Amino acid sequence: MPGTPLLEVGRLVHMTPWGFVMEVSVTVNGEVRTVDVEPRTLLAHFLRDELGLTGTNIGCDTSSCGACTVLVDGRSAKSCTMLAVQVDGADVTTIEGLAGKDGLHPMQEAFHECHALQCGYCTPGMVMAAVSLVDEYSDLDADGVREGLEGNLCRCTGYQNIVKAVLAASE
Amino acid sequence: MIPAAVGYVRADSTEEAVAALREHGDEAKLLAGGQSLIPLMRLRLARPGLLVDMGRADDLRGISVDGDTVSIGALTSHSDLEHSAELAEVCPLLAHVASQIGDPAVRHRGTLGGSLVHADPASDLPAAVLALGGTLVATGPDGSREIEVSDFFTGFLESALAADEVLIAVRIPISTGGWSYQKFNRRAQDWAIVGVAVAESGAGVSLVNMGSTPLRASAVEAAVAGGAGVSDAASVAADGTEPPSDNNADASYREHLARVLTERALVDAGA
Repeated sequence: MPGTPLLEVGRLVHMTPWGFVMEVSVTVNGEVRTVDVEPRTLLAHFLRDELGLTGTNIGCDTSSCGACTVLVDGRSAKSCTMLAVQVDGADVTTIEGLAGKDGLHPMQEAFHECHALQCGYCTPGMVMAAVSLVDEYSDLDADGVREGLEGNLCRCTGYQNIVKAVLAASE
Repeated sequence: MIPAAVGYVRADSTEEAVAALREHGDEAKLLAGGQSLIPLMRLRLARPGLLVDMGRADDLRGISVDGDTVSIGALTSHSDLEHSAELAEVCPLLAHVASQIGDPAVRHRGTLGGSLVHADPASDLPAAVLALGGTLVATGPDGSREIEVSDFFTGFLESALAADEVLIAVRIPISTGGWSYQKFNRRAQDWAIVGVAVAESGAGVSLVNMGSTPLRASAVEAAVAGGAGVSDAASVAADGTEPPSDNNADASYREHLARVLTERALVDAGA
């Protein structure tokens, strides 16, 4: 926004021909990334366009479908409903950061074993939401998984196997 | 959709937030969890000039019980309310209502104060705090003041908070009497088409999405206090309301839902 006074908030801020940008430093999948962003940049666009982490999908863009779900400080968040500036100093995990050096994360393994995906578009968000869900709620049953994943839509309607996979991973 | 260009300043304490609001006036908008504001900005229904991000003002987070009152910091998340063993003991209605909001990802980010200040008549928490008779604590350039929740909601998405004030806490009388929250919607994670909160076996009754603000169902409360039966008390639930008509329901259907859900809530609360 040319003409807006610069704001010093302990971070580098400056104007570019396309407006006001600020430096954001965030740990993504274990690696510190420092990038200049416009404050209006959504976290989903930051991950995909600035960091090239296109495993995080954007589905509805209305906070409904959960395809863009990532972990922020270990808890699920819809990255289309956060600004990149809000994760300054935070720890973000995307689907790319889930598998360890020993192979797939148990939730990914369970999705694979239970064939919990059809077209696969919802899968990254579904897996991230499920990882957070299992961590947050103990003693999950099938109803609890369905309720806990209410913010993640599968347009193939492949919910049966998704629920099976989450239950398998939670054991 | 991408929000319109906006300035940004981070305020990690109440003092910094008040100072930023005083400096930037009407142009500034407080950002808490962003679960209402960011969708509005994405649709460009909101176009603030400057965001004052309070999301990490940790002095405004937490739940504490003092005597017969529970105090909750404005930035306490829905998820923290839902999982608080202490809150479940002293104010189970509020903990339960928090667990019914949106989905887990929304509950991790959304905050009690943000929900109250957004003042959406379709939101769950404002109605719960109304039924419980809470007091809101706001801080501005001239210090702090208390606002009764019954005086707080002044219009559609409007509150009694001044432009340079910050909501810092909510104080609620401990409430362990019969309670219920009945939320009717067609899809999981949606807003309530109509909702009814009952506290203290019907001493406090409030309505979600039955007008331009969250509403107290005063006629129901009076009927319960006068010893009316559950059916008679519920029959006046829509009295004095002006519910909206939209794609989900017309006004007369909402009035019907208010009566049905109020009866269920009163029964559930043991009124």
